[in-house]
Amino acid sequence: MNDLLPLLVAVPVLGAALLVAGGRRLPRVAAESVGCAVSAGTAGLAIVLLLNSSPPHVEWVGGWRPKDGVSVGIVLTGDGPGLGMAALASLLTLAALAYSWHYFDEPPRRHAGSFPGLMLLFQAGMCGFAVAGDLFNAFVFFELMSVVAYALTGHRVEEAKAVQGALTFAVVTSLGAYAMLMGIALLYGRTGELAMTQIGRGIDTHGGPDALVLAAFVLVLTGLLVKAAAVPFHFWLPDAHAVAPTPVCMLLSGVMVELGAYGVWRVYGTVFAGPGGVPAADLEQVLVTLGAVTAVIGAVMCWYQRHIKRLLAYSTVAHMGLFLIGIGVLTPKADDGVALYMLGHAGVKASLFACAGILLDRYGSVDEHALHGRARQLRGVAVLFATGAVALAGLPPFGTGFGKAVTEEAVGGPLTVLYVAATALTAGAVLRVGARVFLGLGPHPEEHAGYETTGSGEEPETGQRLSRIPDTMTAVPALLLAGALTVGVAPGFGDVVAHAVNEAGSGGAHVSVHWTPVGVLLGLLSTLLAAGLAAVAVTRPGLLAAPEWALPLRRLQSGHVGDYVAWMLVGAALLAALALPGILA
Amino acid sequence: MMDVLPYLVAMWVFLAGCYGLATSRNLIHAVGCLAVCQSATYVLLLAVGYRDDATAPVFSDVQPGSRPVVDPVVQALALTDVVVGATVTALLLALVVQISKRHGTVDPDELSELRG
Repeated sequence: MNDLLPLLVAVPVLGAALLVAGGRRLPRVAAESVGCAVSAGTAGLAIVLLLNSSPPHVEWVGGWRPKDGVSVGIVLTGDGPGLGMAALASLLTLAALAYSWHYFDEPPRRHAGSFPGLMLLFQAGMCGFAVAGDLFNAFVFFELMSVVAYALTGHRVEEAKAVQGALTFAVVTSLGAYAMLMGIALLYGRTGELAMTQIGRGIDTHGGPDALVLAAFVLVLTGLLVKAAAVPFHFWLPDAHAVAPTPVCMLLSGVMVELGAYGVWRVYGTVFAGPGGVPAADLEQVLVTLGAVTAVIGAVMCWYQRHIKRLLAYSTVAHMGLFLIGIGVLTPKADDGVALYMLGHAGVKASLFACAGILLDRYGSVDEHALHGRARQLRGVAVLFATGAVALAGLPPFGTGFGKAVTEEAVGGPLTVLYVAATALTAGAVLRVGARVFLGLGPHPEEHAGYETTGSGEEPETGQRLSRIPDTMTAVPALLLAGALTVGVAPGFGDVVAHAVNEAGSGGAHVSVHWTPVGVLLGLLSTLLAAGLAAVAVTRPGLLAAPEWALPLRRLQSGHVGDYVAWMLVGAALLAALALPGILA
Repeated sequence: MMDVLPYLVAMWVFLAGCYGLATSRNLIHAVGCLAVCQSATYVLLLAVGYRDDATAPVFSDVQPGSRPVVDPVVQALALTDVVVGATVTALLLALVVQISKRHGTVDPDELSELRG
């Protein structure tokens, strides 16, 4: 079985190479069928490996095994969480490819293979990052995934905003990646190893933490948190999501940013968790602080958006904050909750983006105000959109609600309030959009030139309005929502996930997860709050109009790449300041 | 002092690149600044692998074990890093060309369509 692990990366890369080589001659249907077949094959492989991942697979590529505990080779680690992320990335790639079957207009002649080819490369990068067992290859796959994501974000090169968003995304994420590489170089200098477990051992034999460990920790975490879009590293995310083609947004929000949080969990657990690394209290301080700020800012900014894709992007920022808090408290139960929450969130968020894509195709706009009441005849899409919104609020028995309930129980205390408030606010914003756009409720919103990106004047991504909505474009979000529901209701699924996560993460401390009355009540509470907020916003818009204090917050999102780089440096300094106390002690 | 000098140089080059990125008035210049940041990673990697009085790790004319060699692993890492950097820079410059065509400017101060 171990031998099959490298195929997770090799198969999509070969598929992409095939599409690059033959894409010029292939008709569009053939190119997209090849794309779907290859991504489905990889997804199947990931699932087969995942089902056999106990004990974890360890593959030293090319037979470069360690000698006397010293390694120079490339190692891939296939344990439950890693293969789970690979399977999730592969399934979402397949969903995005199926969704885009009829989505784009006829691609320029001789370029039918470019979009599916790029998607397969993206899948290869994500799978590789998920199973990378050494830090340098994690960096290489991180960059592969990022570079393809920049190219996909700027896929519509004819559009002014698309290239601008892609450039911002590229500069900020690449700078983060170089910071991460500097951290990796420092760790190599200390231990002479690149494999994560060996680095962890090397740091521990060296004695207590010192300035070098702190510097390496800050640099590596900077790179990963840029990917995970934690405040203040998050500025690229709304810009990139607003301009990327919708199938790409499904992948960016559904799994790519979550891979950043997964990277933080993996790197801390295997490299820095020992006595020579960063003390647990420090990590908790770092991640809970950043996570709480991220959740609050993401939720507030989400509420005041009218560009539907930006609104969904900020909702992802808020949820990333909740995931980071869950990872930061470092209990096995919180890890399980976050894993379940991520699975549910991937399905729900991808299906909401898919619905936004249908609106963009039908009406050439994703502006809440311009679309007021215009989508009345899209009943099926309205049901999907509303279902996605309540699932986002954590309504039982969706997987999002299950993961949220388990995580809330693990973090406890005032942080539970934050979980309920952030999910209610983001889901309330989505419900408000649904009520206005699909039902035409409330007065027609007034036009006023605020400081914001409106969603009008978007180019539809389909060449001309499709005569009717293709079945694939409604079936994909329905299936994704069904998947998110399955995470919450399938008996024993939670325990399987918890077992896999705990085996890899917490050294044998197994906990079992299940619905509890308190969790169900909190899920219902945040759904009710979301519905209430949406009702007030629709019927009495004046009550919830943007207050004065929200304006400076919105001005921070200036669209200027230099500002974003400056904020990133502030964030790195903040990381160092938060992690310092435990190192000094 | 000489031991830490390469590390300080790497840090200084990285921060200089970041300063350039934050204050740049021209996107081509900004892409160049990102390349400067990346050069800092080359300096750091090579500093980590350096050994006094060591030679290149090529064993065609050096008997293995007869004299010290510098660490070949970091050289391989730096080479991979160069390849990654070339890809990123090429893609970024292509995006800048396209921005110049669509917006008619390469000044980031004038690109303010995405905000709020």
